[in-house]
Amino acid sequence: MKIELQHLTKKFPAQGRKNRKEVIAVNDFSFEIPDGKLIGLLGPSGCGKSTTLNLICGLEKPTSGKLYFGDKDVTALAPEFRGVGMVFQNYALYPHLTVEQNIRFPLENLKGSEKLSKEQMQARVAEAARLVQIEELMDRKPKELSGGQQQRVAIARALVKMPDVLLLDEPLSNLDARLRLQTREEIRKIQKKTGITTVFVTHDQEEAMSISDMIVVMKQGVLQQIGEPQEVYDNPVNLFVAKFLGTPPINVFEGYIRQGNLYIGEEAVLSCNELLRESSAAAIEGKKVFVGIRPEGFVLKEDGAFSCQLSGIEVMGRDISVVSTHPSALVVTIRSIINAENYVNPSATQVRFDIKPNKVFLFDKETEERLR
Amino acid sequence: MDKQRRSEEKNGAERRDFAVLERRDREKKIGLRVLTYVLLTLWGIVVLFPFYWMILTSVKSYGSYNAEHVPALFTRNPTLENYREAFTAVPLGGYLANTVVFAVATTAIMVLVITLAAYAFARLQFRGKNLVFLFFLSLMMIPNELVIITNFTTITNLNLRNSFLGLILPSVTSVFYIYLLKENFEQVPEELYRAAKVDGTSDFKYLWKVMLPICKPTLVTVIILKMIECWNSYVWPRLITDDPSYYLVSNGIQEIRENGFGRENIPAMMAAVVVISVPLVVLFLVFRKKVMAGVSRGGVKG
Amino acid sequence: MDKTSKKPWLYLLPAILFLGFFMVYPLIDVFVYSVEEGYNFASQTYYGVGLYNYSYVLHDPYFLQAIKNTCILVLITVPLSTGLALLISLGLSSIKALRDLYQTVFFLPYVTNTLAVGLVFMILFQKTEYTDGLVNLLIHAFGGSTVDFIDGPYWAKMFVLCFYTVWVVMPFKILILTSALASVNQDYYKAARVDGTSKVRIFRKITLPMISPMIFYLVITGFIGAFKAYSDVVALFGTDLNAAGMNTIVGYVYDMLYGDSGGYPSYASAAAILLFAIVLTITCINLLVSKKHVHY
Repeated sequence: MKIELQHLTKKFPAQGRKNRKEVIAVNDFSFEIPDGKLIGLLGPSGCGKSTTLNLICGLEKPTSGKLYFGDKDVTALAPEFRGVGMVFQNYALYPHLTVEQNIRFPLENLKGSEKLSKEQMQARVAEAARLVQIEELMDRKPKELSGGQQQRVAIARALVKMPDVLLLDEPLSNLDARLRLQTREEIRKIQKKTGITTVFVTHDQEEAMSISDMIVVMKQGVLQQIGEPQEVYDNPVNLFVAKFLGTPPINVFEGYIRQGNLYIGEEAVLSCNELLRESSAAAIEGKKVFVGIRPEGFVLKEDGAFSCQLSGIEVMGRDISVVSTHPSALVVTIRSIINAENYVNPSATQVRFDIKPNKVFLFDKETEERLR
Repeated sequence: MDKQRRSEEKNGAERRDFAVLERRDREKKIGLRVLTYVLLTLWGIVVLFPFYWMILTSVKSYGSYNAEHVPALFTRNPTLENYREAFTAVPLGGYLANTVVFAVATTAIMVLVITLAAYAFARLQFRGKNLVFLFFLSLMMIPNELVIITNFTTITNLNLRNSFLGLILPSVTSVFYIYLLKENFEQVPEELYRAAKVDGTSDFKYLWKVMLPICKPTLVTVIILKMIECWNSYVWPRLITDDPSYYLVSNGIQEIRENGFGRENIPAMMAAVVVISVPLVVLFLVFRKKVMAGVSRGGVKG
Repeated sequence: MDKTSKKPWLYLLPAILFLGFFMVYPLIDVFVYSVEEGYNFASQTYYGVGLYNYSYVLHDPYFLQAIKNTCILVLITVPLSTGLALLISLGLSSIKALRDLYQTVFFLPYVTNTLAVGLVFMILFQKTEYTDGLVNLLIHAFGGSTVDFIDGPYWAKMFVLCFYTVWVVMPFKILILTSALASVNQDYYKAARVDGTSKVRIFRKITLPMISPMIFYLVITGFIGAFKAYSDVVALFGTDLNAAGMNTIVGYVYDMLYGDSGGYPSYASAAAILLFAIVLTITCINLLVSKKHVHY
């Protein structure tokens, strides 16, 4: 099922006596989620991503704007009529019911023509359980399960209704690091198998990038960028998106354009025509800009154009991470990822790099928008 | 759960008219809301009506009250005559004073006793601490009715009937409040205690200067709950006092009911009831949050 | 820290003294009293040791009446007040506007003097030569026949007593149940809503199991409290409860100890121990039942 958001806005009335300002959790969202895809809503905490999920689910009513499932306007529809399944951050498994009873719970709510017989219910429950591989846990109570198992039960409970849309709120945040890796693969697999349009919320960019077909990056209620993970990573529209995606994070410097060259400090690092259209290069001649360089954009070279003060080497096995500083850097330490076959003398004070132009982004100093 | 089957099943669902579903849902919600408010308001009336009735009756004159075969639901010419009567014809002022003395003294001594005990359990180290505490806890299960008989004879034999000492002494400890305070004391970080020790602060000074100020909220709750309990206590005072000059309000009102005012002066009786009820209601309204939080942590009407 | 220090005991001394003197000693003493036959309060002498006191109490028609009264009171008020409190708490937790006001009002009976407000109830329900009282007028207006609830037939007196008892115990139960309802994680309700669970089903399958420990707590404390009913009875019917036929077990104990028929601490002790035995048994049964039905 395709999901379409049209100018969706959610304002919360002012609360408390001190801060009498209404909160705009979701500000004028318009985008389309194609059928059968896995979508990650990504942003720092408080950016409105959970509110967006609740709007899609129907737990919150939008202040203005429209929401379509397929061609159907569901803006004012109560959640139970939308055909959505939701997995809550803490899973919300009923503690007094067994796994099987938990999964069957939604089916027992069906009324009228949709009512299922005992056998049909049994079959559906078994099917959902098989899908997430928890058949052997059916008689346990939730508190007897590990976090990962609870997660699966919650997914099974959401899937048993055969929803058109599956929503997951921070599905991995309650799991430990090892399980997280495994579970996200699991989610990806289940989504592929069922082909259900799935939206999940996360603040962890790595998580979102690794399994999503598309990511939606948000900041303070405003949509920043939407696209395939690699596309967003390679072409961030502004400094926020560039900074938010990627580990280690992007290195940001203050730079300026002089005579068609990008300068950081006193060094001309790159020629502008490798970074910008000719017209825009001319427009910003002499201006200061923010320069973002991805860690993998540094190439170790003895006569490289860019020099930094070396502060240390971190060995990561396949790669090494060169840690250095630069007076124009806006980050305390610059991290660059270099193939381990290169040798860096740890006692040297200076290190020189060449910069890969496709790993460098320029941003306007005022608007922080990307300059192309 | 393949895609094909899902879409087939969904076709059935799609035929439902969403607008109708939604309207029905809303109507049901509004109906339920109205019903809820009606129910709550009804109970509110049941709760408030006795209060209204006592105030109303207390401002009706004796003559007009007795003239009403059908009691009027309001009165045109309220009078405070009954309040004067309540304070002059019966020693209501004395009952109130006794109760204040009893409540304040009992609460003050109790706070001292339970603070010391709770502090010992929470912070001091001594042999057999856990055993003694367990023993204290087990005392919580003993109902008052079992021990009151011997206490009655004890106080009688000590010649303490009709005295404040006799009224106060048996109710100055509460295992439950010791427990409550101990729990609160234990939440004060141990580091503070160590820091105070390094500075050479004595245990008692630490209790007085650090623990008590930090645990003030719990202490206030305990004090309020104990005050309420004292104000309403009836059984023990009834056993131990038969001289009206030592009556507390509960016994006083019973005395008024059975022998007061010489004739059936209901308005004056109601005036006395209002006077007795007002202090607690005011105390409650001022400390509403504290009282309710305290009671929900384990107060049972006693 | 010096473990053998005497100082901590100094802190505990007042509490130990008071508890020892007014709780531990009386607790032992009450059993001693209950087996001392023919104890004379004035001379403090007795004839012998045995179970005669228990036998006397168990054959005393006043005691049997008191047990009957107490049991009826318990069986009516405990389920009624718990159910009503649950209904009201559900209502309270489903509204936003005026919620604080309702909560405050509903709590008022807790902070009133049982004796004083009982007097108001007496006046409302009483039928005298001057007036039928408000309640009877209401009954009359709806076509019923009037009855004196305070000095009339047994069922009428029992009705007022139950009504007043419920009125008095409701605040505590409402308070406990509203906070129990508020502590249920909202996500469970959200999950149920997404699944289209009906209100009735949400209540039966989610809310009720989740708050069942608190309900059982209320039932247990309710049983204990109602078995000890006394001052609300005095408030309605006066101190001479045996004459009114409305005595309770606790009332019987106090009457035996100090009342018109008083001066018999041995009988009082025996009755008090019997009461304690009844309450203990019922509490144990309650705990056993709750073990079976409380889900987690």
